[in-house]
Amino acid sequence: MRWESWAAFWHMGGYALYVWGSVGMSFALLGVESWWARRERVRTLAWLRAEQAAHAHDSAGAQP
Amino acid sequence: MSALWSLLRRDLLLALRRPSEVLTVVFFFVVVAALFPLAVGPERATLRMLAPGVLWVGALLASLLALNRLFEADHRDGTLEQMLLSGTPLTLLVVAKIAAHWVLCGLPLVLLAPLLGVLFDLSGDALGVLALSLLIGTPVLSCIGAIGAALTLGLRGGGVLLALLVLPLFVPVLVFGAGAVEALAAGLGSEAHLSILMALLLLSGLFSPWACAQALRIALE
Amino acid sequence: MRRIAWTHYAAPQTFYGLAGVCWKPLALLALALALAGMWVGFMVAPTDAQQGEGYRIIFVHVPVSWMSMIIYLAMAFWGVVCLVFRARLAGMLSQALAPTGALFAFLSLWTGALWGKPMWGAWWVWDARLTSELILFFLYIGFIALTSAIQDPRRADRAGALVAIVGAVNVPIIYFSVKWWNTLHQGASVSLTRAPSMAQTMLWGMLLMALACWVYTLAIVLYRTRSLILQRERHADWVAQLPEVNPGVRP
Repeated sequence: MRWESWAAFWHMGGYALYVWGSVGMSFALLGVESWWARRERVRTLAWLRAEQAAHAHDSAGAQP
Repeated sequence: MSALWSLLRRDLLLALRRPSEVLTVVFFFVVVAALFPLAVGPERATLRMLAPGVLWVGALLASLLALNRLFEADHRDGTLEQMLLSGTPLTLLVVAKIAAHWVLCGLPLVLLAPLLGVLFDLSGDALGVLALSLLIGTPVLSCIGAIGAALTLGLRGGGVLLALLVLPLFVPVLVFGAGAVEALAAGLGSEAHLSILMALLLLSGLFSPWACAQALRIALE
Repeated sequence: MRRIAWTHYAAPQTFYGLAGVCWKPLALLALALALAGMWVGFMVAPTDAQQGEGYRIIFVHVPVSWMSMIIYLAMAFWGVVCLVFRARLAGMLSQALAPTGALFAFLSLWTGALWGKPMWGAWWVWDARLTSELILFFLYIGFIALTSAIQDPRRADRAGALVAIVGAVNVPIIYFSVKWWNTLHQGASVSLTRAPSMAQTMLWGMLLMALACWVYTLAIVLYRTRSLILQRERHADWVAQLPEVNPGVRP
């Protein structure tokens, strides 16, 4: 193992702020992007289902 | 060819009858040049150093002001659609529009720049290079800007959107234009920068009218 | 390459199915590659002689920078397909790529600043590479703003395609600008023709992370395109028959 201890790993030779700031922001934003994409799909599907229900309701109501 | 000339003449005549657009561009350029020394102080060395950048950015933003209305008036009264349907190649007509824009908005900047450069204590050589860089560079701005104007035709928030689209593409022109004057001041000679500007002019002159015509078709169909 | 296969998947309906099958394994692969890359980069690769442990930012900075440029080229490619072949799907792919590209461009700037501060002493230096990345970020924002502002999807696709193509002419200038300017930036130390000037393990770490980013992009773009297809093709029969839209239909 390259690092003497976990503490040394997190410390990153004094560059902790920069290294973990970079890695952290990257994973955080990619996570947000994935979550956002999922949310978009869920909303699209809900909207499509609502439209279809309204459409069925309309055509059912149109029958005499 | 005659279509090109008649369209060019028409645009110039229209602008002469309503000079507010040209005056806006000129006024903006003068105001930027006049305000900067007031903001940074009268120290001549500082002004001489800032001058190429300030004047070039001023010219760039001034050109941007008039780009919005490049196709707007014609679009509103239906002339643009007539141009699209006419037998003349749209690319040729676009060349006429871009040329008119440059004569009205670019050329005044080229002519004014040496006068404003005097406010910044630029040397005679520097004034010459400044004017030359603007002479080569402002047509490039008109060419690139026309594509943006065509793409944002009729959209809400068009002006800001146009600026956002077009400013990244303006950056190489700005860099080499202002850089030419700075290179002269640094004793390196401006030939390299001016050559690259010429190359940008050739590239945009060949590519832009066609791209702009495509953009107009996309916007109008 | 059989011509039949391409045109078959160019139809939104078939692409929807294909993307639905592919995105999950791709996402898992991306995760695996990222873990492997992080392992090599942070556990195996040695300390740099000049930059200490701070250099490890390159395992994130270089991959995201590469991806921000590659995605823009991909957008321009699909833009060409959209304009030349008038393919609806090409326009959708372009628009699906843009947010991810913008994200990578932002991360490139962010990690670049965090790398620059300890190494060069300033959060931002106007060197050619960083400045070009900033311009690329604005190109992405411009594309997204324009395609969002246009109501008609067809016009939005085609306008975006033109913007992407015109912007792509800039990308080579961005990439080669390091050669035209005196800059602080490290010259490209990884190229396909020259031997890299860094340890083997560092190179492996970077390549693994770059692959991870690329596979992630594939996964998220496929996923996002599925939503776009649903929105655009909402009046089609096949959409109404999908089990996720119509729970009554037997899958």
